[in-house]
Amino acid sequence: MTKTIDLQSVTKRFGKIEAVREVSFTLHGGEVVALVGHNGAGKTTLMKLMLGLIKASLGSIEMLGDDPAAGDFAARRNVGYLPENVSFNAALSGREIMSFYARLKREDVGAIAPLLERVGLADAADRRIGTYSKGMRQRLGLAQALLGEPLVLLLDEPTTGLDPALRQSFYDIVQELSDRGATVLLSSHALTELEDRAGRVIIMNRGVKVADGTVTELRRIALLPTRIRITSALGDVERARTWFGSPATCRRVNGQMIEIDAAPDQKIALLRRASEEGAPIADIDILPPTLDDLYAHFLRSQDAA
Amino acid sequence: MRNILIIARKEIQEGLRNRWVLTTTLLLAALALTLTFLGSAPTGNVGARALDVVIVSLSSLTVFLLPLIALLISHDAIVGESERGTMLLLLSYPIARWQVLLGKFVGHVSILAFATLLGYGAAAVALALTGSAIDAESLTAFARMVASSVLLGAGFIAVGYLVSASVRERGTAAGIAIAVWLVLVLIYDMALLAWLVVDQGQTVSGGLLNALLLLNPTDAYRLLNLTGGNVSALSGMGGISQTANLSPSSLLAALTAWTLVPLVLAALTFARKEL
Repeated sequence: MTKTIDLQSVTKRFGKIEAVREVSFTLHGGEVVALVGHNGAGKTTLMKLMLGLIKASLGSIEMLGDDPAAGDFAARRNVGYLPENVSFNAALSGREIMSFYARLKREDVGAIAPLLERVGLADAADRRIGTYSKGMRQRLGLAQALLGEPLVLLLDEPTTGLDPALRQSFYDIVQELSDRGATVLLSSHALTELEDRAGRVIIMNRGVKVADGTVTELRRIALLPTRIRITSALGDVERARTWFGSPATCRRVNGQMIEIDAAPDQKIALLRRASEEGAPIADIDILPPTLDDLYAHFLRSQDAA
Repeated sequence: MRNILIIARKEIQEGLRNRWVLTTTLLLAALALTLTFLGSAPTGNVGARALDVVIVSLSSLTVFLLPLIALLISHDAIVGESERGTMLLLLSYPIARWQVLLGKFVGHVSILAFATLLGYGAAAVALALTGSAIDAESLTAFARMVASSVLLGAGFIAVGYLVSASVRERGTAAGIAIAVWLVLVLIYDMALLAWLVVDQGQTVSGGLLNALLLLNPTDAYRLLNLTGGNVSALSGMGGISQTANLSPSSLLAALTAWTLVPLVLAALTFARKEL
C-alpha cells in the first residue's frame, strides 16, 4: 500500500486554544477512513492542515509526498475536498462553477457532464445555484471534489442533507474510488452509517486522537460486551434465565425476552449453551457493540483518564 | 498566469450575471450624457471647446463616483468569500493566494474599465454626433482623462482589497470602506483647504503642499486632469497648479503607487490570514 497522508505529532494552536494536540497517523491508498468526533474535536482543523490551508504549530504533515503548506501546489491537483457546509456563488450555474474548478485543476471540461450525471444533477446543471436545495448543493460539492480522479479525498460531513437513496449512491462512489486506490477520509456524525463502509476509524476528542483502528480492532480493545437477546419459548422466560447460570448478567426485557451482556470471552460459551438440546429458546439475536457504543466508550475512557 | 486569468474570467462572469457591469455602465453613461448636454448649455458656442468642458465636468464626477464604485466592488472580495465559505474551497485548489487576489484585481479593473470607457465614451460620441468640432488636442486630453479615471478606480479597488483582507467581518469592511471614501474624497481636501487658509502661507511651503497633494490619489487625479492646457482655465485649478507645479509623470507615478502599494499589502495580509 502506498502512503498518501502522513501526520507526525501535529499540534495546532489558535491563540491559547489547542485545536489539535500531538496527533499522528498515516493513511494509505485504498483506505476508507472515518474521522469521528464531537463538534470541536478537531476534525475540520485536521483536514485544513492536510490541505495546507493552515500551518501546523508543531509537527510535520506530508500529503502525497509534499508539505501541503509549503506553497507548492502540485499535490493539490490530486486532492479532492468537500468542506463542511459547502457553498458556491449563487449567480452562476452548476455547469459554470464546475468548469471554473475544472480549469483550476487543468481538467478537461468534457469530464463535467458525466460527473454531474453521476451525482444526479444533470437536469439542474444549467440552473442558477441560487435555486438549488441544500442537498443539491451538497451533491455539487461532491461532484467538484471528484474532479480529476483524485488520489486523496477529504470529505467533511459529506452526507448531511442527502436523502437515503443518495447516501447509498454516495457510498458506492466512495467504494469505487477506494477500489481504484484512492484514500478517502470522511468525517461524520452518522456513525451507524459509517460502520460497514469505513475500513478504519479514527476517534478524536478535544483535539486528541483517542482511538485508531478497524472497527473489529476497536471492539477488541474496548472489550465492550456483546448483547445477546434471547426470546424464550412461550411462558418459559424464567427457565431461560436460569438456563444460562448466574442470572446477574441477565436482564428481563419483557415477558418473553431477556438480554445478556456477554464479555468477548464468554460469548461462544453462551452461544453453545443456547444451542444445546432442550434449551427453552425460540429466537436469538446477537448485537455486537456499534460504532456509537465504541465511540461513547473511548470518549468515557479518555475523560476518566 | 493562467490561474490569474481563470479567476479574472470568473469575476467578470459574475459581474455580468449579477448586473454589476450593466448598472455601472448605465450609471456612468447617464451621468456623462447629462453633464455633457447640461454642461455645454451655459458656454454656448463661445470660446471653450465642447469636449474640454466635458473633461472638466466628468473628472469632477469621477473623483466622487469611481472611488465609491471601486470600493463597493472590492471591499467584499476577500472577507465576503471567506464568510460565505467559498474561499475555503477555492484555496484547496492548486492556486496560490496572491494569484486569487491578482485574478480578482484583473477582473474588477476590467469591469471598471469597460464601464468607464463605454459610459464616458458615449458622451464623446454624443458630442461628435451633435456636430461639435473636436480637435486632436481635446481628444488626447479626453483619452488621458478616461485612462487616469480607470487608474484612480484601480487604486481604490486595491485599497478595498487591503480593507477586505484585514478584517474578519463584512460589516467592518463596509464601514471602513465608507470611511476611506469620506476621508480621501471629501474630508482631506476640506482639511487641507482650511489649513491653507488659516496658515496664510506661514508654514506650508510649496514642497509640503506637493507632498500633501500626492498623498491623496484623488488630488493627484484632479491635478492631472484639471490643470493641463486649455482645461485649467475652465476648471479654476490654474491657481493651485502654479503653486504645486507637479509634473504629469510624478502625478501618474503617485496614482500608480496608490494602486501597487495597497495591492502588495493586501496580498501580504491575505497570505497570513488563517481561514
